[in-house]
Amino acid sequence: MSDQLTTSTSKAGQQGGAWVLSLTPWIVAAILLTALPFIFQSNSALTIMNQMWITVVFALAYNMLLGQGGMLSFGHAVYAGVGGFACMHIMNMSDFFASFPLPVLPVFGGLFGMGLALIVGSFSTRSAGTGFAMISLGVGELIAACSVIIVAFFGGEEGISGDRTYAMPFFGNEFLQQIDVYYLTSFWVLLSAALMYLWSRTPVGRMANAVRDNPERAEFLGYSARWVRFYSFVASGFFAGISGALFAINYEILTEENLNAASSGVILLVTFLGGVGFFFGPIIGAVVFTLVQTVLSLQTELWAFYAGTLFVATVMFFPGGLAGLLMMHVPAYRMGKLRSLLVPYLKTLLPGAIGILGLCALVEMLFHVRHASTGDHEMTLFWITFDSHTLLPWIVAGMIAVLGIGAARMTAPSLKDAWDGANTPGGAS
Amino acid sequence: MSAPALELTGLKKSFGKAEIIRGIDLEIGKGERHAIIGPNGAGKSTLFNLITARFHATEGTVKLHGEDLAGLRPYEINRKGLSRSFQITNIFPKMSVFENVRCALLWVQGYKYSFWNLVQRSRALNDGADAILEQINLSARREVPAGMLSYAEQRALEIGITIAGGADVIMLDEPTAGMSHSETDYITDLIMKVTEGKTLVMVEHDMGVVFNLADRISVLVYGEIIATGAPEAVRGDPKVQEAYLGAALEAEH
Amino acid sequence: MELILVNLIDGLVTGLLLFMLSAGLTLIFSMMGVLNFAHASFYMLGAYFAYQISLALGFWMGLLIAPLIVGVMGAGVERYGLRRVHQYGHVPELIFTFGLALLIEELVQFIWGKNQMAYSAPEILNFTAFAIAGNSIPAYKIFMIFTSVAIFIGLLYILTKTRVGMIIQAALSYPRTVEALGHNVPLIFMGVFGVGTALAGVAGVIAGPVLGTFPGMAFVLGSIVFVTIVIGGLGSLWGALVASLLIGWITTFAKSYNIEMEDILNGIGISTPENLSDSLFRDLWSLTSPQIADILPYILMVLILIFRPAGLLGKRET
Repeated sequence: MSDQLTTSTSKAGQQGGAWVLSLTPWIVAAILLTALPFIFQSNSALTIMNQMWITVVFALAYNMLLGQGGMLSFGHAVYAGVGGFACMHIMNMSDFFASFPLPVLPVFGGLFGMGLALIVGSFSTRSAGTGFAMISLGVGELIAACSVIIVAFFGGEEGISGDRTYAMPFFGNEFLQQIDVYYLTSFWVLLSAALMYLWSRTPVGRMANAVRDNPERAEFLGYSARWVRFYSFVASGFFAGISGALFAINYEILTEENLNAASSGVILLVTFLGGVGFFFGPIIGAVVFTLVQTVLSLQTELWAFYAGTLFVATVMFFPGGLAGLLMMHVPAYRMGKLRSLLVPYLKTLLPGAIGILGLCALVEMLFHVRHASTGDHEMTLFWITFDSHTLLPWIVAGMIAVLGIGAARMTAPSLKDAWDGANTPGGAS
Repeated sequence: MSAPALELTGLKKSFGKAEIIRGIDLEIGKGERHAIIGPNGAGKSTLFNLITARFHATEGTVKLHGEDLAGLRPYEINRKGLSRSFQITNIFPKMSVFENVRCALLWVQGYKYSFWNLVQRSRALNDGADAILEQINLSARREVPAGMLSYAEQRALEIGITIAGGADVIMLDEPTAGMSHSETDYITDLIMKVTEGKTLVMVEHDMGVVFNLADRISVLVYGEIIATGAPEAVRGDPKVQEAYLGAALEAEH
Repeated sequence: MELILVNLIDGLVTGLLLFMLSAGLTLIFSMMGVLNFAHASFYMLGAYFAYQISLALGFWMGLLIAPLIVGVMGAGVERYGLRRVHQYGHVPELIFTFGLALLIEELVQFIWGKNQMAYSAPEILNFTAFAIAGNSIPAYKIFMIFTSVAIFIGLLYILTKTRVGMIIQAALSYPRTVEALGHNVPLIFMGVFGVGTALAGVAGVIAGPVLGTFPGMAFVLGSIVFVTIVIGGLGSLWGALVASLLIGWITTFAKSYNIEMEDILNGIGISTPENLSDSLFRDLWSLTSPQIADILPYILMVLILIFRPAGLLGKRET
């Protein structure tokens, strides 16, 4: 009997030790968040990072539904939006706001987001799958459309703007600087992520996974699938509201754009790209997408086109997302064979990447030829300026594309062999 | 005389014009091991689904410990102490074996929809789940994702999840379907072990299993029960023989 | 009275257009269980292709050829895209069609740019058919009505009176059985998807001149189409018809009559508050029917979902 107890404790220790009860990843994250502003010091870098963290919270909240609960929502932006709008109104209640510490504001955003989720969830969670998706789309569109009509709350075309610096100073800090906002946002990101992770380890969180996999079975374990979905939905609305509040603090303005279907679509893209099967997937998705959106959009007008292509490719070829791709390497890592993949990867991915860049060049040139104003023949690509109407750049780009992709295809079989080898226990490493 | 564990009165079920269950009266006592056999298409799975509220009865009543189950949802019936397994394995494939069983314990241990406890922290949950794993002999496969188990192991897990909650009426739908001889013996032993002192209702095709396990047998043919009784009595019943052998016997005469 | 007639015609045009889109969508859903988010994108492609073709060969060739191209593309999407994603489940399928919609919109912008195309009705239809109470009804609209009705009748005939139609109807509910009977069900799926998207393409060819040919057109119409089939009932062709006509007429009538919320509220006995511009509910008071015309379908959908989740004519299972 005591034997069983000791084995049980060590097993619990094993499981617990893996993530939550071990604070390591969270401590590392905290240190990283604190240190980043010292590495990237410019204001624009801070803005990008803030945007990343806001998206992280929203994506994690969204994944509570999609990845954890198997519920696909096409209208989730409204919960973030409503939370954000509520916060803007609080900011504009000058007397109240002057005695209100800013760091507490996200709680209110969460509460308003949760409130809306309570109302909508009461009827939308009756269905799962396609039905739920359709309801979420309709309700999302309805609220977004209402936002232009209900000017009192949503501010009509101009939205609602405010000033975060009128809050009660928090230990003397009035949050005038970007860096102040950065640390506030980082704190809330860490807190929200931790809370959401803990949620997934609670009874209702575990049953959300169960209902996702097999709602019928879950019912025969005593759980109403509908109620489990409802609680997940409400919790997700809460954290979405927090992301809206962070947006309000950061940008000091909320508009109809925060509510619309495009924003809902973006968060779906972000979460799926990152990988819905793992808790940290949406975090990767949010970071990568924000980088693509801010950095790539400076380089080319076609960044949305590339993003769309990447998204479709993800769904078709690696639906596990980036996190899925990473975690695919875990067995090889455990067997110590990860290093054997390095050279094959370089041999295939490098020419492949160059080939894809060649393709992109062709695409860019095509776009330029088609849409540039007449007479404007010059374009700049990869720091080279050339005339897009002459034949040479096309031939060069075409050859790069063909050679790159051709080389990748040639070396692909050996990569496959290396992969199989790395994933088979024993044998030569 | 306490109420029977399960009581079916005048139970009928039609899908459109097709009457699948044509009026069933059956009483199963507490602690009894009852098998339901019959040729294919007799309506055995439909009967199960009627009792567990997967389908709604067209007519008739189902009573659990004397309580009418009409209008209750499956999870409500489960909370009253009735648990079932499925003919096609119905587990949570992406979760580990351990987690599968732990989920089965959550409601029973009173956790409901709480979000303020961490499942890892609860001794009762984790020890309880490990105890069940011991019973179904899957302790060695604790961390394996349930979808990767062998067929017989999955069926064992299915049974484990079914009994984990401590329900006192266990319904197993063809537990040994598709199994080899040795696997069948293994599962039969398992069933005997885990259903000690509980009421067991089983749909089975394998006669060996039925005669090993059952206290009483009911024979379901074309939506009606044509015989109920101890295994030997049923075996010798001419009506049953005719239902199973029917044409062959006639041809012989 | 005459105004009602004008609105009836306008609403009919919109409703029939909507039906062309929702019919294909609900058929595809009924058969394959997948809700094609990109359906309206094929509508958009129909308009753009027709525009491009009409530049060289005229409107009528565009009407003939464009839907064919769109249908082939649709079949290709089913064969090489959807079929591949199908193995991952329904949610990835939905996400795939969503991504496709995104991609097609970007593609259209890539090829044709962001501005509206000068796609206009053919010359010979550019006259006024008749006038009612001073409102002139363009012949093109009559043409739209006739084309839509002709297509439905053709569709109805194929589905109910031909062998292919029977097989399709059977495959709608029992694809496995139909396959076991020796029919090439994957081919049928591909065909239905192709025809469904071709239908959307036709709608685009016809509607392009009237509703405008621009990259956002798929998005604008797309969500209304989903609302339509949810209201009508997922999988029900008649439901799609009823819902489309309903939505067409409701939005048209709401836009043309300026019914003010203030009048309604006054009518039931609530008097207008004193200081309207300060009131929290000022938006409610100043509401007019043209304002909410576009969101009426959504309100209707939410109501249906609460009170009759299967839709007006839908079956129980989703």
